[in-house]
Amino acid sequence: MPSCDGRCTSCEGCLSRLPSLPDGREDCPKRILLTGNPNVGKSAFFSRLTGVHAISSNYPGTTVGFMEGTLRAGKTCYRLVDVPGAYTLEPTNEAEEIARKMIEEGGDKVIIVLDATALERNLVLALQVLERGIPSIVALNMVDEARHRGVLVDPAALQIELGVPVVPTVAVTGQGIRELVAKLDEATVSPLAGVPREERWQRIGEIVGRVQKVVHRHHTWRDRLEDASVHRFWGALIGIAVLGVSYRVVRQIGEGLINLVLDPFFESAVRPVLMKISDLLGPGSLLHTLLIGTLFDGRIDFELSFGMISTGLYVEFVMVLPYIVAFYAVLSFLEDSGYLPRLAVLFDALLHRLGIHGYAVIPTLLGLGCNVPGILATRVLESRRERFIAATLISVAIPCAALQAMVVGVLGNLGLRYVFLVYGSLFLSWLILGRALHKMLPGFSPELIVEIPPYRLPSAEAFAMKLWFRIRGFLLEATPLVLGGILVANLLTTTGTIGFLSRLFAPLFNVVLGLPASAAGAILLGILRKDVAVGMLVPLGLSASQLVVATVTLAMTFPCIATFVVLWKELGATDTLKSLGIMLITALAAGGILNAAFSFFS
Amino acid sequence: MKMTLNALEDGTRAVIAEMPPGECAQRLEALGLYPGKTIRKISGMPFKGPVTILLDQRQIAIGHGIASRLIVEVEEGEPREGDRA
Ligand SMILES: Nc1nc2c(ncn2[C@@H]2O[C@H](COP(=O)(O)OP(=O)(O)O)[C@@H](O)[C@H]2O)c(=O)[nH]1
Ligand SMILES: [Mg+2]
Repeated sequence: MPSCDGRCTSCEGCLSRLPSLPDGREDCPKRILLTGNPNVGKSAFFSRLTGVHAISSNYPGTTVGFMEGTLRAGKTCYRLVDVPGAYTLEPTNEAEEIARKMIEEGGDKVIIVLDATALERNLVLALQVLERGIPSIVALNMVDEARHRGVLVDPAALQIELGVPVVPTVAVTGQGIRELVAKLDEATVSPLAGVPREERWQRIGEIVGRVQKVVHRHHTWRDRLEDASVHRFWGALIGIAVLGVSYRVVRQIGEGLINLVLDPFFESAVRPVLMKISDLLGPGSLLHTLLIGTLFDGRIDFELSFGMISTGLYVEFVMVLPYIVAFYAVLSFLEDSGYLPRLAVLFDALLHRLGIHGYAVIPTLLGLGCNVPGILATRVLESRRERFIAATLISVAIPCAALQAMVVGVLGNLGLRYVFLVYGSLFLSWLILGRALHKMLPGFSPELIVEIPPYRLPSAEAFAMKLWFRIRGFLLEATPLVLGGILVANLLTTTGTIGFLSRLFAPLFNVVLGLPASAAGAILLGILRKDVAVGMLVPLGLSASQLVVATVTLAMTFPCIATFVVLWKELGATDTLKSLGIMLITALAAGGILNAAFSFFS
Repeated sequence: MKMTLNALEDGTRAVIAEMPPGECAQRLEALGLYPGKTIRKISGMPFKGPVTILLDQRQIAIGHGIASRLIVEVEEGEPREGDRA
């Protein structure tokens, strides 16, 4: 669950849409705004300067909310704010609106981060910020990459042009950071006056002409790969290869961790401890039922016993965690490499027909890890209509990694075709629902306009940090919910509430979905966590086809509580209710059709 | 010769002649695309997919509908495989 109090500790879940900055703290009242175009290295700077981890990825739009941390420069303490990336202060999207608002509210100083490889475009924002009269300093970032590309920018000349200190930097390695901090005191108000819009490019052109030299350079393999990746034929081929390899790697890492590391560890180290606890509590006692659950032939069955510290720990650490690690390892690599915006180009034609444009693949991919960051990332989309469609599609038809891990773990044993049936049904529902929403909702969706960053080799350090923070985020957020979910499930069962609810929903489940009443309880508890819910389906002795119907319905119905909270925050009450209605209808329709198809073919 | 960005052949250089009407012009301008700029078309995707261009060494993807309203000018006899623009 995002715990958002304005200062983010761990998660992407915290990029909350706070309307204005928190009030100055007494011990550290000074505020520095870190601003610049999207994808120029602001978050990398932020992490280096404050020690607070900010997710930084190689595509525009990673930081849509803002983050704050403290920075000590000599004796002075500053609060550093990572402002969302903006190309201009005449806002063209929500991130830019937030950025403008924050610059207008002002700060004691501004650090303007420029991408030395794209100076002209970067200077638009720089000039707009400089004319506001806030003491400023410029970090001329990515000088390493500029050198490789044959773009030589003279920092001293730029300093004369802009009238504020300019420090060349490489945010990912930390080069120039110390000089930047040392020069913070020298930040000054630029003497440059505002430039009228019509003269802007000419003025910038003059500045660029005086400070930048471009030396001739031959095509490199990277240029060729970048061009091929968006080519109609080669691009599709590369896309298939990337997705195919990603899938294999996730499966390989996930299964490897389960079969070689975690399952053996649980069998050899955790089982004996649990058995001791079981003996101590005595089977049959309430505490035993809650903690250990049911014994089978005097033994704990990790999948069936359903106690908090038996099945609960097993589900979270053995069945789900390995796939979380595997998924985020691959995703983080893809993010940092710069491939994802290219995927947006490949998918644009398809997504455009679902009322969202290609860039929505990024929230969708994030949603395959966890719906929460996925829905938050829909903010990169420009219009409310697109955000509604994208967020609804994610919460209905995009299964999170925890749910997928359980589906693979439970259905995989019965035959891979059942796993594919689940994925196929979800994908089809995604397409149909997207198309239907696009046709039915009023208005139109804006088209794709996006800058595609160069390919970069992810830095090992940044990659490791990011992966660690994501795994930590999962453990912190999921553990209480998984263990709590099992506790609640057991309490509801022992008090008879589940039985009551099951009987209430039995007709619906029997007739429409072909499921026994007992499955109703599991699916209802999906509200807490969907992985636990799949765990609850296991002991019910359903047939394979019933399990397929149940997991598809479970995946598509009511979102888990964390997803529900962000949906509410992002869409507001009315649209969330709309979204929930759509969800219930689609889930029942999909489950019902699947059930009908199964009975027809059997 | 003037044509839309969609009609421009892959790999060809051209100069931006007219921006599409409306709010997209502003979004494109924010990325550094304005009349008089030289670009190179890298590729257009099938099924009304986006066009990718190279602008100041940087790739930019532009949706099909916008690209059909963005007018570029090609000089006759322009070499097909130029350097990176
Ligand atoms: N080569 C190089 N890459 C950098 C530098 N600074 C940042 N990056 C990379 O550029 C990408 C964007 O960085 P990020 O901090 O997310 O930018 P933001 O969008 O401005 O916050 C990431 O992949 C970084 O690793 C730099 O100085 N040199
Ligand atoms: Mg950022």
